[in-house]
Amino acid sequence: MIVNASNIQKAFGDAQVLKGVSLEVDAGEVVVLIGASGSGKSTMLRIIAGLEHADEGQLSVCGTPFAHGKPTSPFNGRVGMVFQQFNLFPHLSAIENVTIALRRVKHLSKPQAERSGVAALENVGLGHKAKSYPSQLSGGQQQRVAIARALAMEPDLMLFDEATSALDPELVGEVMKVMRGLAESGMTMIVVTHEMEFARKAADRVLFMDNGVILEQGKPTELFESPREDRTRQFLQRVRGAED
Amino acid sequence: MNLGALLGSSGLLWSGLLLTVYLSAITIVTSTVLGAVVGFVRASRVPGLSAILRIYVELFRGTPLLVQLLFIYFGAAYIGMGWVTTFIGAVVGLTLYEGAICSEIFRAGVEAVPPAQHEAAHILGISKWDSAVRIIMPQALRVTMPALIGQEISLVKDTSLAAVIGFAELVNQSQAVIGNINQPMLVLTVVGALYFIICYPMSVGARRLERKAAR
Repeated sequence: MIVNASNIQKAFGDAQVLKGVSLEVDAGEVVVLIGASGSGKSTMLRIIAGLEHADEGQLSVCGTPFAHGKPTSPFNGRVGMVFQQFNLFPHLSAIENVTIALRRVKHLSKPQAERSGVAALENVGLGHKAKSYPSQLSGGQQQRVAIARALAMEPDLMLFDEATSALDPELVGEVMKVMRGLAESGMTMIVVTHEMEFARKAADRVLFMDNGVILEQGKPTELFESPREDRTRQFLQRVRGAED
Repeated sequence: MNLGALLGSSGLLWSGLLLTVYLSAITIVTSTVLGAVVGFVRASRVPGLSAILRIYVELFRGTPLLVQLLFIYFGAAYIGMGWVTTFIGAVVGLTLYEGAICSEIFRAGVEAVPPAQHEAAHILGISKWDSAVRIIMPQALRVTMPALIGQEISLVKDTSLAAVIGFAELVNQSQAVIGNINQPMLVLTVVGALYFIICYPMSVGARRLERKAAR
């Protein structure tokens, strides 16, 4: 099992954002978290990544148990994360963004790192942009570099935190295509997204989060065609209304 | 106007100019290094140390450099540290004062780097040290460069205050020349022009960097 979380709780000040979330993700599974903003999806993802620390609950990720909300040993790239705002290093070129952790964390030689880095960029269709700086790339290209940067570390788990929400609509497709390809390749993924199309086509399991809990989950067909909960139905109707 | 007399005293001005450049060059290095260390430590909020450094910064930013120079030079003599020459007093005073201001520039630069950059580095497994040196500092330096050069320009002009403790830099020597040839306006014009010749290229450089950073 790649992720094993039980009864995760998290508050920011007075706001109880997670009220006991349990989640198990097996190797090769693609899990999509949907729900309104403020429902706790991103916080759950960031807790799994070790970027936020849970107040309560048990968690282990990629075989590493958590204590006091933190992984007991560093992931060193075994968990990859893709952020809404890309978070590329602006002073480094695309290839340097991809290779810096290969050099500094995996201690690869420069030629080895370059080779892996170029391969990772080619994988997302950006081999020809290796020398470009983030400011010279479109949002979609920047996000693909960010995906390549995470994948170059050969992660066991990839987390996507609204990876396409900051993109212009015409750039969403190229990033989604990369994510779909990754899902088909057998990568274990947890994806927070508002793209229901991705959830329908690529997810093994869809989780609907509402008000700090996982209210409902199931195969995409089950959850989208016959949701059990009223809240889920309302959410899906609102999203569909926006899509039409 | 008596240019001949001025030329006769030009040796004094020349040696004063050399000492001004020398003092500037040394204190640009020392105050920038001090400012960088203090600024980065304060930005990384090291418990205890950051608070002490804040007291230093506020103290030296909140009092005039002129008073600090007098305090350091005559204070050293007062407590029996007679080996503190006018040069040492000037270097120490300028370093502490300009270092305090530089540290604020560096601190602002580090804090201008989005916290998400730390997160991106952290999730890749990049150590705190590597993250500071290879991710945060280069970005901080890029935004601070124009302000930093502006500060170094001030520093060059501030070295003139060392005249008061008797360090024989340009302004100090110009006073002697004025006494010799009794042409205050001529001498002051030359002295002002010499400072301008040093500072203007720095100002142009700062503007170039600013334009480059804006791209």
